[in-house]
Amino acid sequence: MIEIVDLTKRYGKFTALDSLNLTIEKGSVFGFVGQNGAGKSTTFSILATLLSPTSGTAYINGYNISKEPKAVRRQLGYMPDFFGVYDQLKAVEYLDFYGASYGISQSERSKLIPQLLELVNLTHKQDSYVDVLSRGMKQRLCLARSLIHDPEVLILDEPASGLDPRARVEMREILKELKNMGKTILISSHILPELAEMCDSIGIIDQGRLVAQGSVAEIQQRLQGEKLIIVKLFHELDRAVAFFEDQPLVSQLAKRDDEESLQFMFKGSVQEQVQLLKNALLHEIPIISFSEIETNLEDVFMEITKGVELS
Amino acid sequence: MRNFLLNPVLNKEFKLRFRSFKSFLGLACYLLALSILIIGFIYLVTRSSPLGLFRPDQSKTMFMLLSFIQMGLILFITPGLTAGVISGEREKQTLNILLTTNQSSTSIILGKLISSVSFLLLMILASMPIYSIVFLFGGISPGQVITILGYYIFTILAFGSIGIFFSTLVRRTIIAMISTYGVTLFLTAGTAFLFSISLSVNQMGITTNNPVPYFFAMLNPAMILFSFLEPDAFRELSSQTGMGIDFPLWAAYLISYTIIFLVMMFISIRKLRPNMKVKSKG
Repeated sequence: MIEIVDLTKRYGKFTALDSLNLTIEKGSVFGFVGQNGAGKSTTFSILATLLSPTSGTAYINGYNISKEPKAVRRQLGYMPDFFGVYDQLKAVEYLDFYGASYGISQSERSKLIPQLLELVNLTHKQDSYVDVLSRGMKQRLCLARSLIHDPEVLILDEPASGLDPRARVEMREILKELKNMGKTILISSHILPELAEMCDSIGIIDQGRLVAQGSVAEIQQRLQGEKLIIVKLFHELDRAVAFFEDQPLVSQLAKRDDEESLQFMFKGSVQEQVQLLKNALLHEIPIISFSEIETNLEDVFMEITKGVELS
Repeated sequence: MRNFLLNPVLNKEFKLRFRSFKSFLGLACYLLALSILIIGFIYLVTRSSPLGLFRPDQSKTMFMLLSFIQMGLILFITPGLTAGVISGEREKQTLNILLTTNQSSTSIILGKLISSVSFLLLMILASMPIYSIVFLFGGISPGQVITILGYYIFTILAFGSIGIFFSTLVRRTIIAMISTYGVTLFLTAGTAFLFSISLSVNQMGITTNNPVPYFFAMLNPAMILFSFLEPDAFRELSSQTGMGIDFPLWAAYLISYTIIFLVMMFISIRKLRPNMKVKSKG
């Protein structure tokens, strides 16, 4: 599990990370979303013992990153957002080198490497030189590398960035498999929908602060204090407008272009929404449909990072 | 020792370095150039001698010439080989990944140092048989050849550690290169220059037994090489110039460069990874 306590990183006057607190349970997948420069990579670098925090600390499986960086490195598989590969090294040798760097014996490595290549679908490329692999293959190879010492915790910084749609899907499949293997995964992206599907919970980071945290549905709900509702009517559009205008939780009422439906923003709980519909029917407003428009996750994200703080 | 031989960085770099055809071509060219030099030297000497003889003292001159050429090569190439090894990985974005592995900083730094200078060591070792041609003509003892070989290896490691030091501390390779060449230039040409200046001050008779020239001489690799090749001439020089210290110059060189090596390695190892401890500001 990962436990982040008051983690702060300052570069001179610039605060890259501001008292971040976060707990990620063992075996869960946590998505870290934020714009570029929001503090995702800074957090990951600190967790990977590559950057020292200004204050605060973090624990990886109970090991303190400041006091036991060696033990932390053993627990952790890290994949940076940008990374290079050694040219003139074959895929197998690439993995072999890092395996040796983790102190894994030669005989174990030769058993392990084919399995890892299989996991990331690169068996057919095992004798190819690393620098000629495509971007997606390099990302997958790097992922295999981060798994070589069988870490319990994986920290993956934008593993799908720069990949074409097909490669993204492949990456997602691999991550699902890792989730099934029971790994604790911390993954980042600047695109929320990319993470929504595979994460147990997500956190939204903006300007070094965690502005929202919870399951994907929770985050969405919390933001949807206001819902867009569209009501389609059989006729009597004006009477419907007059009715909805009088309702306290309704705002921004407008007729739609098709002249047979109207839309408004509704600010209220689900129960209040039910009550609103009941009242409308009691007033004999001829409603054909009454629907809530799903707000796109992308919009949620844009909304949150606009500076709205959700506690 | 076993751990050291199994050093992953070392293994990987060896693999990369020695499997390329270019490396062996380079080695072959170097040996060829050296052979041509020796044959040319012998040819010129025998041509100019009326009886076509190649005398032992000429063989010794040839050995000295070769030794200084190799020394120059070492001092010229070592900074270039070492000053980019850590900063280069940083620029290629491979360093971060390496630092998140379990490999200790000591193992990474030592592996990098040895592997970066290994090709130079190979060049020097491979030239030994050609060197040994001088044995055919006499004038040089095997002991001297071994001493010089050992001296080369020591000098390569000492100057290599300076390159690693800058490569670790400076973010950009180009600046690390310039800094390393700068320091190397100071330790060679700079110390020679300061040596001759302080010597002339001595000879003006302002002070007697001034030890300053000794300290410059003990840092100068060429001077030490000269003392190995011509011990008698060197002893005379030092007594005449009144350097005032009786301690053998080569031992002083060994001690001072061992200290430089250890300090450079220590700082590099400490600075390779960030200190994760939070600095409390009270």
